[in-house]
Amino acid sequence: MIRYSSAPRSLMLAGALFVAFTLHAAAQQPATPPAAGAAQPLPPGSPMIGRPDNEAAAKLAPVVGPPIPASPDKLPLAKLKVPAGFNVEVYAAGMANARSLALGDKGTVFVGSRLVDKVYAIVNKDGKRSVKVIASGLYRPNGVAFKDGTLYIAELSQVSKIDKIEDVLDSPPKPTVIYDKLPKDEAHGWKFIAIGPDNKLYVPVGQPGNNVLHDDAHGQIRRMNLDGSGAEVYALGVRNSVGFDWNPDNKQMYFTDNGRDWLSESVPEDELNRVTKAGEDFGAPYCWQGNIIDQELGWGKNCKDYTAPVGLMGPHTASLGMRFYTGSQFPKSYKNVIFVARHGSWNKSQKQGGDVVAVRLNKDGTVKSVEPFMTGFLEDNKYVGRPVDVMLLKDGSLLVSDDWNGAVYRISYGKPKVANQ
Amino acid sequence: MRKMILPTLLLAFAAFSANAETIQERTVTCFACHGEHGTSETENTPSLGGQQAPYALIQLFMFREKLRTFEPMNEMAKSLTDDDLRIFSDFIATLPKPVPSAEAGDPARMARGQALVQQNRCNTCHNTDFSGKENVPRIANQREDYLAKTLGEYKDNSRHGYDGTMADVMQPIAKEQISDLAYYIAHTR
Repeated sequence: MIRYSSAPRSLMLAGALFVAFTLHAAAQQPATPPAAGAAQPLPPGSPMIGRPDNEAAAKLAPVVGPPIPASPDKLPLAKLKVPAGFNVEVYAAGMANARSLALGDKGTVFVGSRLVDKVYAIVNKDGKRSVKVIASGLYRPNGVAFKDGTLYIAELSQVSKIDKIEDVLDSPPKPTVIYDKLPKDEAHGWKFIAIGPDNKLYVPVGQPGNNVLHDDAHGQIRRMNLDGSGAEVYALGVRNSVGFDWNPDNKQMYFTDNGRDWLSESVPEDELNRVTKAGEDFGAPYCWQGNIIDQELGWGKNCKDYTAPVGLMGPHTASLGMRFYTGSQFPKSYKNVIFVARHGSWNKSQKQGGDVVAVRLNKDGTVKSVEPFMTGFLEDNKYVGRPVDVMLLKDGSLLVSDDWNGAVYRISYGKPKVANQ
Repeated sequence: MRKMILPTLLLAFAAFSANAETIQERTVTCFACHGEHGTSETENTPSLGGQQAPYALIQLFMFREKLRTFEPMNEMAKSLTDDDLRIFSDFIATLPKPVPSAEAGDPARMARGQALVQQNRCNTCHNTDFSGKENVPRIANQREDYLAKTLGEYKDNSRHGYDGTMADVMQPIAKEQISDLAYYIAHTR
């Protein structure tokens, strides 16, 4: 039974509790302010829950990049490192807050954004690339997916589509909404989307806050038909997934999930999960990384009742977009490797992530190793760029989006060749 | 009222932009509402002095792109280039910080406001002295009416933040608490 409510019960409850608290506090009318350091407990649902009252923690805040995309000559290309034999080039620039990537049949690369209102197309025509804005005035259009000529766009609380998009790039019509039974929360409301091997559209709904009890319309991944009908919950206990793909060998879905903030500097780690059957519960907000019971919300819960991640991706690293490598350009050792873009931490004194890692799987589908693949976005504990998504081109090269600089890079193997597809 | 003032201001602005004048000359229009020395004396209009340049840049960008809606500012920013946005935001950061409140504030309201600020860990992003950092605004000695208005707009999400952090933060804070929060932040010296 799925209930799609846009007014989460837990939050209404929190509000009610809070009003009660306020009246109580007002009745007491403290004559002197409470001493510094003796702060009261946070209200339920606050994104700061768990944050200790000390100087080191007070220095940490979400990191936001510059709003204006970097000009091509200011991109940190020279700082980006890839393994020997690989090359990095700028594929396209000038796309403010470039986020998720999708590939059209005719070679157009679609790029979503989260902090601005636009979806971009990197158009390949007569061997030349150019960037067009194909949709604007959207609200946090982070997610893009493409299938059979149609572009799907996921905004904060609705999914829409543009048919035959590659035929109308010069004057695209406004997107048509296909699904809007989604909550409107800002927290974890932006969406990554993708279309699975079952030809269904997968749409995540994150938890509406850092660490909150929520109703049954949140903390999940849904799937639906490509016209928005037949929506069902596919995975539960998902805090905030911003990337997924399917194992080409057995069609199992793998997804990244971001662990909660403020538990500690070193845990919980972000998760790489595998769905083996519809309806599996991955534990959030009760159990983190398969073996940590949440200090506030986990009482009475047991991690054994939830599906454990197949791999851990580092604490607070913000593991986002991921794709299995199914191309033939990279060396054979990269066959079916998962490339994961780690956006990089904010909730850590020494930042971690801000790279693309190569994840190798064991035969049983669990993680064998996580190795750095593209690094250099993090310099002196500051970001010079932040990777968001990865995507294969038809020639087997790999694109990486960078929302800090509003750019997309292309990684190729062997003698440097300029992209042409 | 606004409709009458606006064309004049815009005209003045266009005239100023056309020539290669100094930033001081170009910002005369800004000062008309935001106050000449960084402190605003206009209702619901923020003081800009000492604002964090990255935050100011984001706001000017959002006004230009109509991601933040306020007609006079959308008009002002419409024709600004990326470089203009950077010049203006850097300049705003150099203006003197807003003048602290002359009065100490009602002790009971100050106590309630302080408790709320501590409880909600506002210092996490805005610093204990409310000076802000990078993309997080300076709110120290900001106008009380503007603070209350803004907190209310973040709470009902009618003002969209660049990211959703303030909407998230305001969710568990009751509407009735906003006035004490704004009062305390405006009066803290």
